[in-house]
Parts: sequence; structure tokens; C-alpha cells
Amino acid sequence: MHELGITEAILDIVLRHSGGARVRKVQVTVGEWTGYVGDSIELFWQELSRGTVAEAAKLEFRFEPATLRCRACGTVFGANGSGLECPQCGALGGEPAGGQECTVDLIEVEGGDST
Amino acid sequence: MSSTVPVVERVLSANDAVAAEVRARLDAHGIFCANLMASPGAGKTSLIERTVEALKDGAAIGMINGDTSAAAFDAERSQRAGAAAVHINTGGKCHLEAAMVRDALALLPLERLRLLLIENVGNLVCPMSWKLGAHANVLIGSTPEGDDKPYKYPRMYAGVDVVVLNKIDLLPYVEFDCDRFLRGVEALNPGLRHFRVSCRTGEGLEEWTAWLKEQIRARR
Repeated sequence: MHELGITEAILDIVLRHSGGARVRKVQVTVGEWTGYVGDSIELFWQELSRGTVAEAAKLEFRFEPATLRCRACGTVFGANGSGLECPQCGALGGEPAGGQECTVDLIEVEGGDST
Repeated sequence: MSSTVPVVERVLSANDAVAAEVRARLDAHGIFCANLMASPGAGKTSLIERTVEALKDGAAIGMINGDTSAAAFDAERSQRAGAAAVHINTGGKCHLEAAMVRDALALLPLERLRLLLIENVGNLVCPMSWKLGAHANVLIGSTPEGDDKPYKYPRMYAGVDVVVLNKIDLLPYVEFDCDRFLRGVEALNPGLRHFRVSCRTGEGLEEWTAWLKEQIRARR
């Protein structure tokens, strides 16, 4: 149940920012290195959000690929488990550069001025 | 009519805040805490048993064990070795969360403890995302798992403070290229401290426990 904890945390953030208004949409960025899968978050969401102002919200996911920054030449390259070699200079590994986090970017709620 | 509310909040920021609370409590008691992560079967409980046996005369040791089930075998093993142990049933979650550790602290004799070992759920993916407030995140690898683990789980290897390679007594029998393994570790986490041990034969454990003793002393 890899996504249970993360879905609880997403719902907490959404409810805190909703100001009690019904939530229509939630936009979430999922970094590849977190290993979280949108479809699975969706399943837990249906269960956890029931009875809250967010129960009808549509979840939108933005996928962010895992990347490393080469320590030798600075190239940022994909690190999805297929290898750790810089495609530019061949050096091995690098600093984690992207795709490590999961964030709630914005929510859309009913009422108020559209922005 | 609808309106957009910008949020931009890391989903795990609330967990991080609880982890900071846990850390403050540990520091207030002068306890050194290590979060042990590994795949199932790498030897987390064995390493804890050997560590407790080696250090218990000099320091009171606590242990928190997270499992996806109610089976408390691991906590019982640590208890038999001489640690004050708490078992957490994560209810199916495949990692420990800071709030679980915070709650478990209430069940431990913190005034006495010098060392707290947390045995995370066996998993090389999400335990890394959930900070627990430990002073050191320790990854236990083992030779039968293969030398490709740093390449397949880069985030775990990039994020830890110490790697313990267990089951080195099996090196003659398994396909494991130590150099390839360590090259991958170094590529992701340059200068990472690592120990090569066998919990079965005891080889290499002295270096690991000496390092722990240093950490415990530094917090007195």
C-alpha cells in the first residue's frame, strides 16, 4: 500500500487550503524517484476523501522525471534505473537534480473570483 | 464560479515537521538514533541483534521495529538480545512515518537510552521519502541481492548517510562484484561511509559498532 500515506498527506494539505469550500480540482506533481503512481493515489483518494469537501475533486497529475546532474560536465540526464552514465561525457553518477519530490501545486475551489 | 488557490506545498512537509519534533526529543535526551533501511531479508534484525549484543553493556539501547503486519518477531528478537523494543504495525503501509516513531517514543524509557535503532519496513523505495528524525539514515545491502542495487535504486543510495554491506561471508558463493557495487555507491553519494560485515560470522562488525560508539559519545 505504497500510496496510502502520501494520499493522506495530499488530502490534509487540500483540506487545509480549501477554506471549507468544495474542491473541484487538485493538481499534484509526482517526482519519478518517489515511485508514486497516479492511478493508485486515485484509488486511495476515493476512499479517504469520502464525506469531505474534496470528495468530488478531480486529481490531475504532472509527472516529473528523475534526473541527475553530472559532476564532471554539468549535463542533466535521466536516471530512471537503466544506468547512471552521463550521456554526454560518460562519467558515472551525479547529484540528484529533479523528480525527487511530490508537491500539491494548486487547488480549484467553488465560489470566489476566478483567477 | 470557481477560484484557484495556489498551494505549492511539499506533500511530506507535515511529516518533516513531526520528524523535527522527534529529533528535538532525541537530542534533549542525548540519544543517537539510526534509521535502518533495507530490502526484506538483507539482515536488518540480525544487524540489530549483533549490535545490541556488542553495545548493551556500555549503553542502554532502544529499538523500534516497523512491519506491515502484527507479527512482532523482529521486536522480540531485539528484546531477547537486550534492547527495549517497540513493535509498530504500519497497517499495510510500506514505510514508517515520523508520527509512528513519535508515538513509539512514548513507550520507551528515553531517560535511560543512549542509542535508538529504528528498523524500517523492508523496502528500497518509499522509506527514503519519509524522514523520521534519525541522526543517520543507514542502508543495509547484502551480497545475495546483487551488486546492481545502487543502479536500480539510485534515490536510496543518494540519500543515505551510511551503507552496511552484509553477508560478506557469502561472497565466494554469490555473483557479487564489490567494486561494481561500490562504484555505483560512490557515483551517487561520493565519500559515503561504508562497512562490510557478516552478521553470521561477526566479520567487520567491530568497525560498525566502533562507529556507533563514537556517535553515542558525541551526544553525551
